[in-house]
Amino acid sequence: MNFGPMILSQVGLQHYLVLAAFMFVCGLMSILTKRNAIGILMGVELILNAANVNVVAFNRFSHGIGAGGLRLDGQVFAIFVIVLAAAEAAVALAIFLNFYNNFSTIDVERAKNLRG
Amino acid sequence: MLMVSSLLAATSIVEPLILEQLGLERNALWVTAYMVVLAAMFLGVISLIAMFCIWWERKVAGHMQARIGPNRVGPIGILQSLADGMKLLLKEDLTPGVADHFLYRLAPYLAFAPVFAAFIALPFGPNLTVEPRLNVGVFWILAMLSVEVMGVILAGWASNNKWAIYGAMREACQMVSYEIPLGISIIVGVMTAGTLNMVMLGHIQGGGIHTWLIYRNPFVFLAFFVFFVASLASNKRAPFDLPESESELVAGFHTEYSGLRWSFFFFAEYGAMFIVGGIQAALFLGGWHDPFGLLGWWYQKALANYTIDPTGMNVASLLLLNVIGVGIFVTKALGIIFVQMWLRWTLPRPRIDQVLYACVKVLLPMACVLLLGAAVWQWLIPERPGIPWKDYQPWDLADWFRAGYGAAGVTQLVLTLVGIGMFSAVVGWVMYAAATGRNNKQRLTEPAPLDRVPDNLVKA
Amino acid sequence: MMGAILGQGGVELTDAGTVSAVLFYVFALLTGGAALAVVFSRNIVRTAVALLFTLAGVAGLYFLLSAEFLAAVQLVVYAGGTLILIVFGVMLTSKSQFARFEPKLGEVIVAMSVGVILLFALILGIFHTTFASNALSLDEYPVAKLGQVLLGDYLVPFELISVLLLVVMIGAAYLAKGRRRDEPRTEKPTLSRAARQWS
Repeated sequence: MNFGPMILSQVGLQHYLVLAAFMFVCGLMSILTKRNAIGILMGVELILNAANVNVVAFNRFSHGIGAGGLRLDGQVFAIFVIVLAAAEAAVALAIFLNFYNNFSTIDVERAKNLRG
Repeated sequence: MLMVSSLLAATSIVEPLILEQLGLERNALWVTAYMVVLAAMFLGVISLIAMFCIWWERKVAGHMQARIGPNRVGPIGILQSLADGMKLLLKEDLTPGVADHFLYRLAPYLAFAPVFAAFIALPFGPNLTVEPRLNVGVFWILAMLSVEVMGVILAGWASNNKWAIYGAMREACQMVSYEIPLGISIIVGVMTAGTLNMVMLGHIQGGGIHTWLIYRNPFVFLAFFVFFVASLASNKRAPFDLPESESELVAGFHTEYSGLRWSFFFFAEYGAMFIVGGIQAALFLGGWHDPFGLLGWWYQKALANYTIDPTGMNVASLLLLNVIGVGIFVTKALGIIFVQMWLRWTLPRPRIDQVLYACVKVLLPMACVLLLGAAVWQWLIPERPGIPWKDYQPWDLADWFRAGYGAAGVTQLVLTLVGIGMFSAVVGWVMYAAATGRNNKQRLTEPAPLDRVPDNLVKA
Repeated sequence: MMGAILGQGGVELTDAGTVSAVLFYVFALLTGGAALAVVFSRNIVRTAVALLFTLAGVAGLYFLLSAEFLAAVQLVVYAGGTLILIVFGVMLTSKSQFARFEPKLGEVIVAMSVGVILLFALILGIFHTTFASNALSLDEYPVAKLGQVLLGDYLVPFELISVLLLVVMIGAAYLAKGRRRDEPRTEKPTLSRAARQWS
């Protein structure tokens, strides 16, 4: 699998990696352009999902059979990332609620008390 | 592993049979086409189940409230749901002006689609499961019930209506809190069984009523009741029907929905009731097996014959067995649904904080204790692995002791007797009350004034 | 997994690739389209719905990648838990239902160019790399093996994550509690009316 046109009819590792890269970039753009703090959180979730798809695709295509039989490291990694993302979303939302209570808006452009 | 794959490899008999009869070869295209047709058929099955349950609910409600219920459309009102369906189709399609149009239209389908998708894992029969190789079957159904919440929340939010938003928020709180005891009680059952595959769960309960998972150890017995209560909350059924509490919130999260969109929510609700009834039947109550283990014994024989010679009589025998299994499974699921309806028309509705108290401070600790207890019990008194009638003889008690699983066998028998005792006590009590109460029709109100007709009133 | 399913029933494997490819493209289009909708959608609730479709698409991709358990975990935890949390947050922090925040045009142009350049660089990198080929081929998905690995090789991270979740729960509950009503405000106490007469 090296440089050359991707065969469209045989889906391989590269297809999943391109999709994951696209999701990553979408998540990054969401973080950069959204003014709503929860929109930024959604961008972070997109990035984490892209990383997960990457890892699981690698597990399926490049790291399947190891010395002790079947290797499922990628899927275990992805499970841990999902759990951590849920935990992080909970804390982030608690912070956003405090932000909303203090500034009475969820617009992150208003958080400029430290500026100047 | 080998045991699983050898049992599951023979499970697809309907599909090759149909394709062979139609003269199509078994390649990916025709198998996919078959699956698409099957999915469309299941849409019809769910509609049929929902229509039957709606009629049955109204009849049950009526008889519990000392009235008759629908009795005009069709012999005992059985076509009432059909009439209702036609009415709903012909209603005006209203969308509130200030609602978010796209989300308002999307929400009923978001609520219905997961319920539809969950039917692929239900084990209607040993060879009549839509996808028998789904190795995470139970977990998949749990996942679909979780995704359904999103449709409800969106329906409430997109309606831009105060009562709808109240209903949606209540539903989100309730559903999210009750998912935990639901999941933990499923884990207790799965831990005892050792597999998440629903067809395998059915196979290991084939030896008769004492091999049913609910009777394997006392913690699974209690987990069944925890699951039942949690599933009531998950289905928004009374006494947990705050999301659509009719006497408080107009109609809760589906206040603004009418016509066909409303009927999607109700297909989703009754479909979800059938699914949780199906999980309880498959995971705890023996799936498609009868209480004597005859179907399991017949299945092993029929499967052996079919593997040797997959034509003619053997296929017919296997198919007949499957049809009987479907009947038994659906009966068990409908029994659970009947108990849900019974509770709905009996119990009053608690407040939302009482509902959350019941979840977090009662069911959740109970579920955790049951999980711990089941793990310790399995460690001390391991239960008998293997498929009844294939790997061991379930009714031969001496054999249990010889194989070293005497303690497990005794536990199962004791629990079976307790279970049967409780069941017969309840059934006997209900029948006694029905029999002796038939002649005690109490007049609940004073006679209406016109019962005593004054003389000067002209009778029509 | 698709190859395994069709292979077990005795179906020719030559066509398994087509069905698998079609399904991949369906899920990939769903995921990619929903990800684009997350970026470009102005209404925050529609962004949340687009995120739901992204997560569902990713779950479908996990099924194609022989990760059934992971797909179910994704649906239960992400779509049925985290997303509901996010929607709750949206409902609690939005003043009007259709509030929109428009980012400045300059920021949008910079962000788009960064995104496009990064995407281009990543795709070039993907095409120029030779990846090892060690495919995971199974007849049936080993949920049992995943359980053994989680409680065997990865026992320490598993236990650590449970502690972390406990800490996060306590922390988030404390953070979101807000100020109690009977706690005194930390400002200078105002003088009483009588005291003001004499000050």
